[in-house]
Amino acid sequence: MSEVIHFLDVLKKRLAQRGSEPTWIAARRQAGAARFEAMGFPTRRDEAWKYTNVRQIAQGHFELAEDADYSSAKAAALTLPIDAYRLTFVDGVFSARLSDMEGLPESVQVMPLSQALEQNHEAVGGPLGRLTGVEFSPFSALNTAFMEEGAVIRLAPGTVVDKPIILQFVSRAGEQPVMSHPRVLIEAAGRSQATVIEHHMGDSDAANFTNLVAEIMLDRGAILTHYKLQEAPLADLHIASIHVEQRRDSRYTSYNLNLGGGLVRNDLVTDLNGQGAEANFYGLFYGQGRQHVDNHTLANHNAPRTFSNENYKGILDDRAHGVFNGKVVVKRDSQKIEGFQSNANLLLSDRAEIDTKPELEIYADDVKCSHGSTTGQLDKEAIYALRTRGIDEQTARGLLTLAFAGEVMEQVDIDAITERVELAVAGKLPERFNLAGLVEIAAAFNEA
Amino acid sequence: MLEVKDLHVTVEKKEILKGLNLTIKAGEVHAIMGPNGAGKSTLSAVIAGKEGYEVTSGSITFEGQDVLEMEIEERAQAGLLLGFQYPVEIPGVKNIYLLKAALNAQRAARGEGDIPAPEFMKLVKEKIAQMQMDPSFLQRAVNEGFSGGEKKRNEILQMLVLQPKLAMLDEIDSGLDIDAMRVVADGVNSLRDSKRAILLVTHYQRLLDYIVPDKVHVLMDGRIVKSGDAELAKELEVQGYEDIVEEPAA
Ligand SMILES: Nc1ncnc2c1ncn2[C@@H]1O[C@H](COP(=O)(O)OP(=O)(O)OP(=O)(O)O)[C@@H](O)[C@H]1O
Ligand SMILES: [Mg+2]
Repeated sequence: MSEVIHFLDVLKKRLAQRGSEPTWIAARRQAGAARFEAMGFPTRRDEAWKYTNVRQIAQGHFELAEDADYSSAKAAALTLPIDAYRLTFVDGVFSARLSDMEGLPESVQVMPLSQALEQNHEAVGGPLGRLTGVEFSPFSALNTAFMEEGAVIRLAPGTVVDKPIILQFVSRAGEQPVMSHPRVLIEAAGRSQATVIEHHMGDSDAANFTNLVAEIMLDRGAILTHYKLQEAPLADLHIASIHVEQRRDSRYTSYNLNLGGGLVRNDLVTDLNGQGAEANFYGLFYGQGRQHVDNHTLANHNAPRTFSNENYKGILDDRAHGVFNGKVVVKRDSQKIEGFQSNANLLLSDRAEIDTKPELEIYADDVKCSHGSTTGQLDKEAIYALRTRGIDEQTARGLLTLAFAGEVMEQVDIDAITERVELAVAGKLPERFNLAGLVEIAAAFNEA
Repeated sequence: MLEVKDLHVTVEKKEILKGLNLTIKAGEVHAIMGPNGAGKSTLSAVIAGKEGYEVTSGSITFEGQDVLEMEIEERAQAGLLLGFQYPVEIPGVKNIYLLKAALNAQRAARGEGDIPAPEFMKLVKEKIAQMQMDPSFLQRAVNEGFSGGEKKRNEILQMLVLQPKLAMLDEIDSGLDIDAMRVVADGVNSLRDSKRAILLVTHYQRLLDYIVPDKVHVLMDGRIVKSGDAELAKELEVQGYEDIVEEPAA
C-alpha cells in the first residue's frame, strides 16, 4: 500500500528531526504507526465507512507544516468575535502570537499539548489515549503516530470558567498541502463547568487535511458545553473523533455544527458510566457543491439512570452528500434509561443525497428510547405564502431553511456562532432571524 | 386600480376562468359571490401569482402595470395583497419576523430604509390590539397550531401592518365566531379609504352586513354573470344563484 508508505515516510522524517522523547510517547507512537500500517485506510467495505470514501486523503501526499506564520489581520477576520480565552493553531502548529490566555484563573489550565508535555509529561501520559486508542480507527492510529501538538484543558474541582475557551484551527493556503493531527485532552474535575469552542477555519483556497482526536473526561457533576464550529475551507479534508467519558451526574452537551470542508467525518462517542449522567448531542450539517459530510454518533448507556438526547439536522444542496449514523446502546441491566434520537434532513436539490441510519441496541427492559429520521424538501406552499407578503424567493427559501434548523439553533446561545450559521445556511437575511431583534421586541412588549 | 380583461385560465388542462372581466376603482369595496368551484379562489390566486395556473388569454393590470409580468413578491410590494381562504402554516418562522421582513421588503421596494425598531413596535402593538389578539401570537410560528379563526385574524393583522392598496380577502369570514366576525370586519373597514380598494370573496350576506360593498358580482362557471350593488347580495340570499341568473336582466 503505497498510500500508507507516504504517511509513514513523513513520520520517519519528522521523528528524525525531533530529538529523543519520553519512552511512553515513543512506544505509543510506534503502536499507532504499526496499527495504521496494518489496517491501512478504511474502504467502503468497512461497515463504518460504507458511504464515505477517503481516497482523497489516502492519495493526498500531505506534508507537515513547519511554522505557524499567519497574519494577525487575517486571523482576526476569521476568528469568532467573542470575549474568550484562545489557543490558535495554524496548520496544526501552535501560535503563541495568535493566542490569548490573559486572565485565566489558576484553577484552570489551558495550554498547547507540546507545552503540557514539556512541563510534566507524566501527567499527560496517564489520560492520553485512555478513551481513544489506536484501535478505534485507522485515523486514530494515525493521529497517535503523529501526535505532537494540540490542547490540554484541565479544570480543578468546582471551577466555573468565566469565559468560553476557544481552540481555533486555521488551515492555510499554500503550494504544498499539509496535514495536522491535533490531539485535544479535556479533564474536568468534580462539579467544574466550562464552555469549549472548537473552531475550524482558514483561507478559502486552502486544501489541507486535519485529523483530530479529542478525549474528554468529565468527573462527577462536571458540566461541559462543547461547540464545534467547523468552517474549514471547502477543499479541506476533515476527520475528527471525539470521545467522552462521563461519571455520575455529569452533563456533556455537544453542538456539532458543520458548514465547511470538502470531506468531513465526525465520530462522536460518549460513555455514560455513572448514574445521572446526561449527554445532549445537537448537530447541524450543511453541504453544498460536492461536499461530503458524515456524522457518526454513539451513546453508550453503561450505567442505570443515564440520559441521552440527540437531534441532528442535515441540509444538503447541489450535489452534496450527507451521512448520519446515530446509535444508542443500552448495556445489559442498565435500567431507567432514557435515550432519544432524531435526525431530519432537508434536500434543497434533486441531486443532493442523504444516507441516514438511526440505531438502537437495548439489552435492558426498563428503558425509554425513541428514534426517528425524516427527509424532505422545502414546502412550496410556504415559499409561496411568504412571497405573497413581499418577501423575495431567495429570502423565503433562506428563512424556511433556517426554520428547519430551528430546533437545533434555538439551543445555541452564543450569538456569534448563530450568526455564522445563519449566514452560511440562509444567506443574508433582512435581519437577524428569530433572534436578537426579536428578543428586543419581546422585551419591549413586556415593558409596555 | 385593478383591471381584469377577458381572463381565461386553465388549471391542469381544465379551463376554470372563461373570459372574466372585472374593474375595481380606488375607494371601492367589491364582493364576489358564487357557487363552490366557480373559480373565485382561482381568480385571486392568479392575481397574486400562484404557480400552476395558465393564463391562456386576457390581461390583468394594477395601477397601469401588467400584473402577469410581475414576480409574486413584486405584486405584494406594489400593494396587491391576498388573504388566503386557507392560510398556510409556516413552522419555525415567527409571526413577528414575517411582519417585519414583509414590511421592510415593501419599504425597500419603495426605496425606503428599514423601519426603526421602536416605530415597528408601536405599529405592531397597535394593530395586534386592534385585532384583539394576544401579543404571544407574535412569538409563535406563523399560523402553526392556530385555530381556524385565529388564522383569519392573523391574515387581517398582516393586512393592517402592510396596508395594501388592494386587499383581496378570500372567505375571510369562514370559520369565524360572531365576535371574531365583528373584529375582522372592523379590521377590514379600517383599511377602507379613498386610495385603497378591497375585494371580498364570500358565501354569506352576514359579512356584507358589516362590510357594506359598493359592488357585488356573481361568479359562475368562470365568468361574472351578474353585477349589482349591495342589494344583489341580499337577493342572492333569498333566491339562490340559479334563479338570479335566469331572471331577465333588469
Ligand atoms: N390544482 C388544481 N387541479 C385541478 N383542479 C383545480 C385545481 N385548482 C382548482 N381546481 C378546480 O378549479 C375549480 C375552481 O376552484 P376554486 O378554488 O377557484 O373555486 P371557488 O370558487 O373558490 O370555490 P369555493 O367556494 O368552494 O372556495 C374547481 O372545480 C377546482 O376543483
Ligand atoms: Mg375558494
